[in-house]
Amino acid sequence: MQIIIAVAVLSTIAFFAGILLSYASEKFQIETDEKTEEILKYLPGVNCGACGYPGCQGFAQALSSNEASPDSCTVISAKNLTKLKTFLGLETADNSKSQKRLGALIKCNGSDSEEHMKFTYEGIKDCQAAVLLQNGPWKCPHRCVGMGSCVAACPFGALSMGEKHIPVLDESKCVGCAACVPACPKNLIKMVDIDRRVHVLCNSTDTAKEVREHCKVGCIGCKLCEKVCPTGAITVTDNLAKIDYSKCTDCGLCAEKCPTKAIFVEPEQPNTESVKETQPTENKADKK
Amino acid sequence: MIKTKTFPFGEHTPGMKETATFPVKVLPPPERVLLHLSQHKGAPAIATKKMDDDVLYGDLLAEASGHVSVPIHASISGKITGFGNFLHPMGSQSSAFLIRRDPSMPEPALETETDLGLTRRSEILQKIKDAGIVGMGGATFPTHVKLSPPEEFKIDTVIINGSECEPVLTADHRSMLEYPDELISGLKICVAVLKADRGIIAIEDNKQDAADLLTAKLEKQPSLQVQLLRTKYPQGSEKHLILACTGRRVKSGQLPASTGVVVINASTAIAISNAVIRSKPLTERIVTLAGSAVKNPGNYKVRIGTIISDFIEATGGLKEDITLRKVISGGPMMGFALPSLELPIQKGTAGILCWTDEELAIKEETHCIRCARCVRACPMGLDPTYLMKLLKAQQFEKAKAEKLLDCIECGACSYTCPAAIPLAQYFVMGKRTLMAQQKNKK
Repeated sequence: MQIIIAVAVLSTIAFFAGILLSYASEKFQIETDEKTEEILKYLPGVNCGACGYPGCQGFAQALSSNEASPDSCTVISAKNLTKLKTFLGLETADNSKSQKRLGALIKCNGSDSEEHMKFTYEGIKDCQAAVLLQNGPWKCPHRCVGMGSCVAACPFGALSMGEKHIPVLDESKCVGCAACVPACPKNLIKMVDIDRRVHVLCNSTDTAKEVREHCKVGCIGCKLCEKVCPTGAITVTDNLAKIDYSKCTDCGLCAEKCPTKAIFVEPEQPNTESVKETQPTENKADKK
Repeated sequence: MIKTKTFPFGEHTPGMKETATFPVKVLPPPERVLLHLSQHKGAPAIATKKMDDDVLYGDLLAEASGHVSVPIHASISGKITGFGNFLHPMGSQSSAFLIRRDPSMPEPALETETDLGLTRRSEILQKIKDAGIVGMGGATFPTHVKLSPPEEFKIDTVIINGSECEPVLTADHRSMLEYPDELISGLKICVAVLKADRGIIAIEDNKQDAADLLTAKLEKQPSLQVQLLRTKYPQGSEKHLILACTGRRVKSGQLPASTGVVVINASTAIAISNAVIRSKPLTERIVTLAGSAVKNPGNYKVRIGTIISDFIEATGGLKEDITLRKVISGGPMMGFALPSLELPIQKGTAGILCWTDEELAIKEETHCIRCARCVRACPMGLDPTYLMKLLKAQQFEKAKAEKLLDCIECGACSYTCPAAIPLAQYFVMGKRTLMAQQKNKK
């Protein structure tokens, strides 16, 4: 008998609570902007902040009120961008080729031999922390610290620590959000056109003698590259070669001449053309 | 029996002061010295000598470049054979003089006794500045600046910091035992310059012999006294010393002088006495050499600028059958590791610790188990474990609101952490990042 009473009482409560809840859900409904919701579907959803807005939600709101342009998102895939532009009623010019795709370039070739180390670092695995002690464990004051702060900062898992204690970029994963740039205490990461193949992998403005003492593969400012370049794209200032990418033709003559191999021709990575649908491997942005 | 005083929280670190009974040995002048122009907090000194100049012991090499700056003096007689960028113990390349000793050149006797008599306050301060005196406990803040606090603070107490709370180091302990008269006259000078009412010599109770000696010497002077403190880390921190001795708290973000107290390190007080009474510039200091890698640990009076490898060699060298793992400049808690032995002993170098695997306990960092031992250890009343989590997530502004900038980087939290989390290193990193951000904003 008792069990029947219990079931009856609970059922009654459940019934009235149900009525109350269904009423409340109608009455206190939060209005959502359908347009924003629809825009959000096309955005990558990684909240990297490269557009300058607080996450994808903020960017979507700005888009729906016409405050921003879809082009501000560097992460979005070409396919989604076209779809988004069609949805917003913007002109979908042929932007698949004309728009440069940016990627991170770590400007250090990284001499890895023991003799170029000052000491063995024991402490927090963080570049900022390592730099505070004697300006990092390497003799070269410009060398990549190699503790992987940029690897940790990348929301797409595009960077991984390489054998030479220098991060390696997976071009197919990099979306050019530049989240890694402020993570580097030595300011070694630059955003460049990802399809470019010839780069100067050194950021040292020290003299040739100093570079030779610290490193085997650094730029010594010998100007051989400047002389050999057929288009005049390379200039050496402050003992450091710099490529003007607007003039560079990726011929690779400079890299052949470079005595320390500080100028490097990247091998063509397969499937760089097919830009993957941007999916964050690990959604760190949400965790925060 | 004098009652011992202390501050709340803190950490009981093992003393390991084996060298406390070793009398100070005076080392002969080294063959070469390397003197950096920046051995103190503030602007580096400006060189007045140049390459190939002959200099005598005590000659001015570089003059102070402003109020918060001190001059540098030659610590041996010889020839300047190098002037340029040399590696600084803190890691940067900065300008320094390299002097080679010339045995034919005389070493002038610097100790000329002068009568203080009617010397004016400003003259004494000028003398202290001209002697190049800085805080010799390791902070290296120019002493004349400390002795001329802002007008609005009325200083009534001078504390001589003889607590030497860092384990292993015994340089201040030996200085107090062997130069008690200089210490007392240094204290008197500070009291007179600051127009203070009283002077306190604060000593931890593990240095009873020094306390007894100084108490006996101060018997007839009611305004000067010895205060025994409980042995606890970081008793020698300026703020905690003031709290223990006078009960006054330094408010967050304020100068210690705002409490009406000025704290001077024991070795510094001896240097002040030598500078004012004997016109002797700061050219030598007492350094504790310790660690299982050295043959003859002890306390040595060395010339400032002596290269550490020369210094160790002069004391008898390293043990042959042992591998040197780490060299620390300063104490084990707040000192820093050196990348090479070819670096000079500076004005603030209180100790050189040559460690092998025997002393080093480097453990892998594991996860915080929320035992709150760091909270109990933190002398500033912070929550180290929470701050560490904020800093790991790069939440610098939140950490600032949690008073990260109050951290004195004493390392008591790292020492006590059973999970071997380098807490203090996170805080140092966070503080530097915050300071850099503030600079960028300006």
